Amino acid sequence: MKIVLKNVDIIHPGENINLKATSVLLTDGMISKLGELTNDDISDAREFDYSGKILVPGLFDIHVHLREPGREDEETVVTGCNSAATGGFTGVACMPNTEPAIDSAEVVKFIKEQASNHLVDVFPVAAASLGRKGEIISPMAELIEAGVVAFSDDGVAVKTASVLRRAFEYANMYNAPIIEHCEDESLADGTMNEGINSTLLGLPALPSVAEDIIVSRDILMAEYTGGRVHIAHISTKNSVNLVREAKKKGIKVTSEVTPHHFTLTDDAVKTYDTNMKMNPPLRTQEDVIAIIKGLKDGTIDCIASDHAPHSIEEKESEFQLAPNGIVGLETIVGLSFSELVHKNKISIEDLIRKLSINPRKILNIPIPKFEVGAIANFTIIDPDLVWTVDISKFKSKSKNSPFDKRLLTGKAIAVINRRKMYFDNQWFDLSGA
Amino acid sequence: MALSSRHLLGLQGVPREDIQTILDTANTFREILERPIKKVPTLQGKTIVNLFYESSTRTRISFELAEKRLSADAINFSVSVSSVSKGETLKDTMKNIEAMKVDMVVVRHSAAGTPLYLTKICNSNIINAGDGTHEHPTQALLDMYSIRQKVGRLEGLKICIVGDIAHSRVALSNIFGLKTMGAKVSVCGPSTMIPRDINNLGIDVIYDIDEAIQENEVLNVLRIQLERKAREYFPSIREYAKYFGITQERLDKNGKDILILHPGPINRGVELSSEVADGSSQIILYQVTNGVAIRMAVLYLLGTLN
Repeated sequence: MKIVLKNVDIIHPGENINLKATSVLLTDGMISKLGELTNDDISDAREFDYSGKILVPGLFDIHVHLREPGREDEETVVTGCNSAATGGFTGVACMPNTEPAIDSAEVVKFIKEQASNHLVDVFPVAAASLGRKGEIISPMAELIEAGVVAFSDDGVAVKTASVLRRAFEYANMYNAPIIEHCEDESLADGTMNEGINSTLLGLPALPSVAEDIIVSRDILMAEYTGGRVHIAHISTKNSVNLVREAKKKGIKVTSEVTPHHFTLTDDAVKTYDTNMKMNPPLRTQEDVIAIIKGLKDGTIDCIASDHAPHSIEEKESEFQLAPNGIVGLETIVGLSFSELVHKNKISIEDLIRKLSINPRKILNIPIPKFEVGAIANFTIIDPDLVWTVDISKFKSKSKNSPFDKRLLTGKAIAVINRRKMYFDNQWFDLSGA
Repeated sequence: MALSSRHLLGLQGVPREDIQTILDTANTFREILERPIKKVPTLQGKTIVNLFYESSTRTRISFELAEKRLSADAINFSVSVSSVSKGETLKDTMKNIEAMKVDMVVVRHSAAGTPLYLTKICNSNIINAGDGTHEHPTQALLDMYSIRQKVGRLEGLKICIVGDIAHSRVALSNIFGLKTMGAKVSVCGPSTMIPRDINNLGIDVIYDIDEAIQENEVLNVLRIQLERKAREYFPSIREYAKYFGITQERLDKNGKDILILHPGPINRGVELSSEVADGSSQIILYQVTNGVAIRMAVLYLLGTLN
């Protein structure tokens, strides 16, 4: 079938494309014409008027937890992909802390099979060590062959410097990055950021230095081995500074930040709301300022949701006993526009780099091309749409968001990928007649 | 004379007038405790549940006595950690208890913030009997009451809290309450047991116990948790006792007649020598008696509010 996306602003920072109020013709999900369309082109095509909206290469979330296999009560590959599409994403990289962990080709194949008919591309990240135990590296060659794009023991850092060294060396044969959850285990028995708020709330604290120590270790090891490290969910001022300095020295380090770490501070924990509990924990205003600076100057390459679905039963509990993490796929675009673009911290082009181009580059995934003959991989965003977050409408199986009822400006309104289109809660097969 | 809140979750943010009211009300009940018949009908018909997720003999007994002396129906619900792990969530437990038509819940829990959480899921008055390392408001109230009785004032009082400040709910409640009442509060202990940002609370930190004795009128000496993780925060019991323990010799050396409080139970020979624990300057057993009066005052003020 033919569809026309009319009057849309096309932005592709990777190809230096910035076109105002133009049109795209898709035939069977493939780009068949860009720019001025003739009457012939649009006859028998379904038309979408996207005046005032922007069309960008499909967004990609480099850090999500899909929970399958193991915790299908919290999320499945399919519900996670539905959540991703609703949030504006056409691709995700899913973390290996499932049960069993993603540390064998069988689990990789299973996950890819679950996602095989979905609009959203799912790229599994495999465990860096077998069972994420930090003792011996995972069968990386076989895992790469099965389709994984990176390695990580996410949830924890690779346990010892010696295993980390082997992981870097081995993964480097395949140019695959090690994604690190940076947290020193011996300092990590807390539930919120250490500071005046943890003292006032009487909660066991997680000091920022626990993150900085592992960021330092990982950067030094990346330099020593020539390996690639991607710092997941960076949250402290010192870590941002460490990454900036390492990049200057040419060390192969990249980093990501979550919207909650540039939107909220540990003041939000004051009500013991378990939806404010995540790891790394919410930090201080000083850290938020450093993170924004890191986003501006390119120290931070990506914005990732760290989408972490948890059951209501587990989150409705004492703060110290509640699991870490929040669902994020459906609020990441709104928060990024509201907190960064509309507050003039970064440009739309920069945001699209961090939400689409850079994550794919880091994972060696081809960046969607805006040219005739390419399969359309688009996200259409209304940057000015004012909307209220409503967790009851989330497509994710879980509802653990600290942003319920928050007013946001900017929302993805449609995604197109793999000859499918999703908008207004409807799925369309673009390949059919 | 009513309080501004229907719960007592902690002393942070509790207005001076409320603390004053509780302390004054405790006076009345303190008198009753000296009578041959120690029971009043004040809370007759009210049902109070003591929901204890952490074992605590003395706080529970103190609350239970207070409830009985006010003629309330007291029910003890002690939950061992093992049965919690078998599955019922705190929310379900609370809903079940409330379905039995109770009026007030006294809660002790190892997780900070649990009392606040209970206020969101039920309608009973909630009284915090200690939540994690957060607050233990009735302990701080009875400490303040005891000091006021002995010294005659709290305003301008120089008091030092000694011991493991970082892991103490008693310390935090005392700091909030005493500051509100105009006392000059300092803390003393090994640096590993002092929270990093405690200066932000407007209190001084002292690392020398002799200085703490010299500079203050009252010491509130906390129990060192020998059995728990806190043990990792100092090199040895011997070293703690030598450098932070309060002995008669140390008091004599500083030539000070100083009032010493201790929330109990005492580790004799660690934070207090036996001589000091049993000596004239301490009011530890007096605190215990006052504890019942304070808890009667809190239960009465909250229980008659509805």
